[in-house]
Amino acid sequence: MYIAVLTLAALCFVFATLLVVAHRFLHVEEDPRIEAVQDMLPGTNCGACGFPGCAGLAIAIVGGEALPGKCTVMNEDEREEVAGFMGVDAGAEEKVVARLACAGGANTARNRASYAGVPSCRGAELIAGGGKACFWGCLGLGDCETVCDFDAITMDRHGLPVVNEDHCTACGDCVEACPKDLFSLHPVSNRLWVNCKNLAKGQAVLDDCEVGCDACGRCAADAPGVIAMVENLPVVDYGRNHNVRTAIDRCPTGAIVWFDEKQGPQTGRGARRVVRQGERRAVNT
Amino acid sequence: MLDFAKRDSFPHGIHPPENKDDTSGLPIRQFPFAPVLIVPLSQHLGKPAKPVVREGQEVVRGQTIAEADGFMSVAMHAPASGTIRRIGLAPHINGQMVEAVYLEPLPASTQEIADGEPCDVESATPDEIVTAIQRAGIVGLGGAAFPTHVKLRPPEGKTLDTLFINGVECEPYLTTDHRVMLEQTEDIFMGIRYLLKVTQTPRAVIAIEANKPDAAEKLAAAVPEDLPVEVRVSPVKYPQGAEKMVIKALLGREIPSGGLPADVGAVCCNVATTAEIGRLLPRGRGIQERVITITGPGVSKKGNYRIPIGTTVRFALEQCGAVEDISRVFMGGPMMGPSVSNLDIPITKGTSGITAFTAAETGGSTGHRKVYPCIGCARCVEACPLYLNPSQLGILAKFEQYEQMADDFHLMDCFECGSCSYVCPSHIPLVQYFRMSKKMVRKMRAAA
Repeated sequence: MYIAVLTLAALCFVFATLLVVAHRFLHVEEDPRIEAVQDMLPGTNCGACGFPGCAGLAIAIVGGEALPGKCTVMNEDEREEVAGFMGVDAGAEEKVVARLACAGGANTARNRASYAGVPSCRGAELIAGGGKACFWGCLGLGDCETVCDFDAITMDRHGLPVVNEDHCTACGDCVEACPKDLFSLHPVSNRLWVNCKNLAKGQAVLDDCEVGCDACGRCAADAPGVIAMVENLPVVDYGRNHNVRTAIDRCPTGAIVWFDEKQGPQTGRGARRVVRQGERRAVNT
Repeated sequence: MLDFAKRDSFPHGIHPPENKDDTSGLPIRQFPFAPVLIVPLSQHLGKPAKPVVREGQEVVRGQTIAEADGFMSVAMHAPASGTIRRIGLAPHINGQMVEAVYLEPLPASTQEIADGEPCDVESATPDEIVTAIQRAGIVGLGGAAFPTHVKLRPPEGKTLDTLFINGVECEPYLTTDHRVMLEQTEDIFMGIRYLLKVTQTPRAVIAIEANKPDAAEKLAAAVPEDLPVEVRVSPVKYPQGAEKMVIKALLGREIPSGGLPADVGAVCCNVATTAEIGRLLPRGRGIQERVITITGPGVSKKGNYRIPIGTTVRFALEQCGAVEDISRVFMGGPMMGPSVSNLDIPITKGTSGITAFTAAETGGSTGHRKVYPCIGCARCVEACPLYLNPSQLGILAKFEQYEQMADDFHLMDCFECGSCSYVCPSHIPLVQYFRMSKKMVRKMRAAA
């Protein structure tokens, strides 16, 4: 019996010694501020800052590689708190939001077929591109709404996602989720926005969707140098002074919009107003 | 002598109603030319072909209009004599907009087919035959549209011992392979000569299901004396036509997970593909039309047609008398064929049929069946020919556990035969989940 007791006691002693040695010589110095900063960060791990989660950003802030302004989830006061704790500038990062490049809700865009399968955009996209007549358009089954962790995306009554810019943290989940690649991240100061991805032109577009870009090129003519027509779509050169509101005025369909600070997306004066509230009738099958 | 008693088959699988009787007795007929033919440049798996014509150019039927761009690519040929109207985007059955050649056939033309450089089976080397097959634009006509020339040469360090000519045609409703076997018997044996030379296999096996006894008898009686060809008949079962299943059924060898038929010394070629090789290569022609079955309760003039590539589904249905309440159209058969979202999608080399259903079969205008939760009955497990666990995979797919599906449950081996969805009493669209998950897994692996 005493052999067992002695063996255990000896083992205890050996392992205790190992632990003491490990504690002394393999000690890792960690900055206690990292934990403190991490506690102040929102803990959503959305990845919008570009670091691997909130812990990654906390290390970067303490290490001086990033400023608290990188975090798009915190509000102004919370950022100041982190900045005050670290004794650094909060760092003004411009707010970036997700924007959808499609305006074809059920009231304006036509369906060719009715889809009846797994209720998700990714599922519908597999079945020959989904039922929408426009091959590039929003399928309206709300994968982006489901994937958004911040409730920033809601589907409106026409089955089109609407981004709440105040809630959006530009984490990029919707960009990943959309099978038609309709979302992209843009600074809020990019006011001009092309709300269509249809690569066709002329009547072919209008047959499918009343608010699609039919590649008339008026916006490019009104804002030379800023807007260029590439593959039947206007492309805004955001590197230049692009805030030319007049570019949207003559757009016949309202496919190019102006994101007003207060009133939200505005179409031009020449744009056709769609007043229909119900679904557009399917013409072929 | 045919041996019907031999039970060459595989375990699991299902028995959906065949519905082949409507068209199996109808001879192949030539289909009229549509006013505009849309020839996509990407009808095969792999790189799209490079167009060698310009807008406004006049072409002769059978002329090469696009050349293979690299090894994983095949040529395209003009389906009719006419004018190239434009080269632009066109809808494709895979849900993408792809580059396509819009061809307007000349109404007054005799539609004579242009011959190219012939490839003689006696004098040509295996490499020359591979090039000729690629130049003729031949892809797997069974539905996958995999470029045929890619899989024929035995891979490094492996020898092939059996060439399978797959005439199983297990998909319900379709009868194209059946008619081809009856009407193009000589072409098939010619094709086998080319294939035996390329693959360097000592023997060929023509696999046929027992529901086509006339084709089996005709082929068995017509085997030339100098060809080592055997005709094997196996009992009817779905999905016996799949490469993996036909090899397991007739050779008793199982293709390893993630492997190819070459891993078990076999190479598999669809019977219609073989017939096209035998028909086109001696005259140096290319595929500009294919045999398809247009059938189902949604059309009144069912039949087997030799249809120009690029005919739209709309034109095909109009010519075959689509009924008033047509509700769902499949490209291919109802088990594996994708449902069509746009009637302006053109028929490509991979389209083996058009199956149209009315509202009565699909359950109302929306065709939606209520999906119930999985009750764990394991009917899908009994049905899966690959011994996967569709029930577990379905649950994982719902919770987006794609990594686990691929790593632990062999999702990537699934070839989407649809047996699990067919037997599921809860109407869970399992195959659609798997297709979504496979796409996500491929995306994640590409990103990693």
